[in-house]
Amino acid sequence: MLTRTWFEIGRYWIFMKGLFIKPEKFVIYYRQVMHELVSIGVGAMGIVALTSIFMGAVITIQSAYNLVNPLVPLYAIGIVARDSIILEFSPTIIMLVLSGKIGSSIASELGTMRVTEQIDALEIMGINSSGYLALPKIIAGMLICPFVVLISMFLGIIGGWIAGDMSGVVPSADYIRGLQDQFLPFNIVFALIKTVVFAYIITSVSAYHGFHTDGGALEVGQSSTKAVVYSSILILIFDYILTQLILA
Amino acid sequence: MIEVKNIFKSFGAKTVLDDISCSFESGKVNLIIGQSGMGKTVLMKCTVGLFEVDKGAVFFDGRNFSELDFRERKPIRKEIGMVFQGGALFDSLTVEQNVMFPLNMFTDMTNSEKLDRVNFCLQKVNLINVNKLFPSEISGGMKKRVAIARAISMNPKYLFCDEPNSGLDPKTSIVIDNLIKEITEEFQTTTVVNTHDMNSLTEIGEKIVFIFQGKKWWEGSYAELEKSDNQELNDFVFASKIMKKMRSEMRL
Repeated sequence: MLTRTWFEIGRYWIFMKGLFIKPEKFVIYYRQVMHELVSIGVGAMGIVALTSIFMGAVITIQSAYNLVNPLVPLYAIGIVARDSIILEFSPTIIMLVLSGKIGSSIASELGTMRVTEQIDALEIMGINSSGYLALPKIIAGMLICPFVVLISMFLGIIGGWIAGDMSGVVPSADYIRGLQDQFLPFNIVFALIKTVVFAYIITSVSAYHGFHTDGGALEVGQSSTKAVVYSSILILIFDYILTQLILA
Repeated sequence: MIEVKNIFKSFGAKTVLDDISCSFESGKVNLIIGQSGMGKTVLMKCTVGLFEVDKGAVFFDGRNFSELDFRERKPIRKEIGMVFQGGALFDSLTVEQNVMFPLNMFTDMTNSEKLDRVNFCLQKVNLINVNKLFPSEISGGMKKRVAIARAISMNPKYLFCDEPNSGLDPKTSIVIDNLIKEITEEFQTTTVVNTHDMNSLTEIGEKIVFIFQGKKWWEGSYAELEKSDNQELNDFVFASKIMKKMRSEMRL
């Protein structure tokens, strides 16, 4: 088990090293990055929007439910919702959701390419297959995910506002006051730092698992599952490490 | 000419290639034959560098391919075209984009020059009006032909075909065999075909390497094969009634 873990870690770093061999043609890599930006960013917007709106709504209602105290002002619900969404829910929960969406997609795409010998075909041509296939996905993920998370923050806060107002647990004026009260812009910077790290984890771990698929359809499915499981675990570990390093 | 010298390849405890030495001649169709699971594909993948050999070396016109690193292998790789068993066409690209792919990566040709080259290659494999179709929209035989077109798009010196007839009907197999033969003669490529199709053996095999239990069991021309009394080779080649009949007729 331990030997296997070290083997996987070693092979992951060899894979990462292989990404940075000088590309055959920069313009082709640039086009690939553009394609991946659309695929990862636009492709994820639906689920991100839906998750964020409902997440914001639930956080607001649950915060109101837990802050039933005449000493706690109603606008505190806005503060709690804002900070929860910005600091944790948008960067971490949304990226966990994206690890399922993007991670499985990358791993199954590369896994299928491996078992149908498309990756071998690239290598035969003398193309650095890991660089050509994985690097644009990693770069695109790290570039687009911060924007996705910013949109998620916005939609989460809007969701909370609508839910608070419609259910009557927090009036609009109090919610908006809470959003503005004691706002720290650094929290957004912190959230974006986390997002970039998580995006790197999702894309690189998924690409690694897809790239090293061996077998057939069953193994493609297993690689896809492994990609989601390992990237989710790593996101949680790095969430703790980054919070400890930056906020503590 | 490609020379394979004393190569060994194992996967875990299983030795797949055991001290194989053979040569593949220029301007000829060289066949690697043998039963399934005897190491034909592994031999081909070791020759082109998709698998690293455990011991031994592969020489492309005297250049030791095995001792080169990724960067140093690039010039030789650009001279290699390979047709994979399933075609290995890129699913997300059209037929035209598949054939154009190596040209986009390695040449500075203009778009119209690339398009001319693509159409030339597709015509060579008798494919017309399929440029805009995706691999999922064409038949197995057409996929193989597109794969051949892609393999020859860079004008390769060495052409490798891994079981090009697998999964094809006899008539389409003959078309593919004839294509391989024509391309070899026209472009004087060193062609290596991995097959257990007896029709390919009789129709296009000029130099034959028989692999048995991970070893090179026999090597020679088709004329020599007919006269050979190698038991394992005869058991494999003349296993079917048609081949047995053909042999007895030839001996008469």
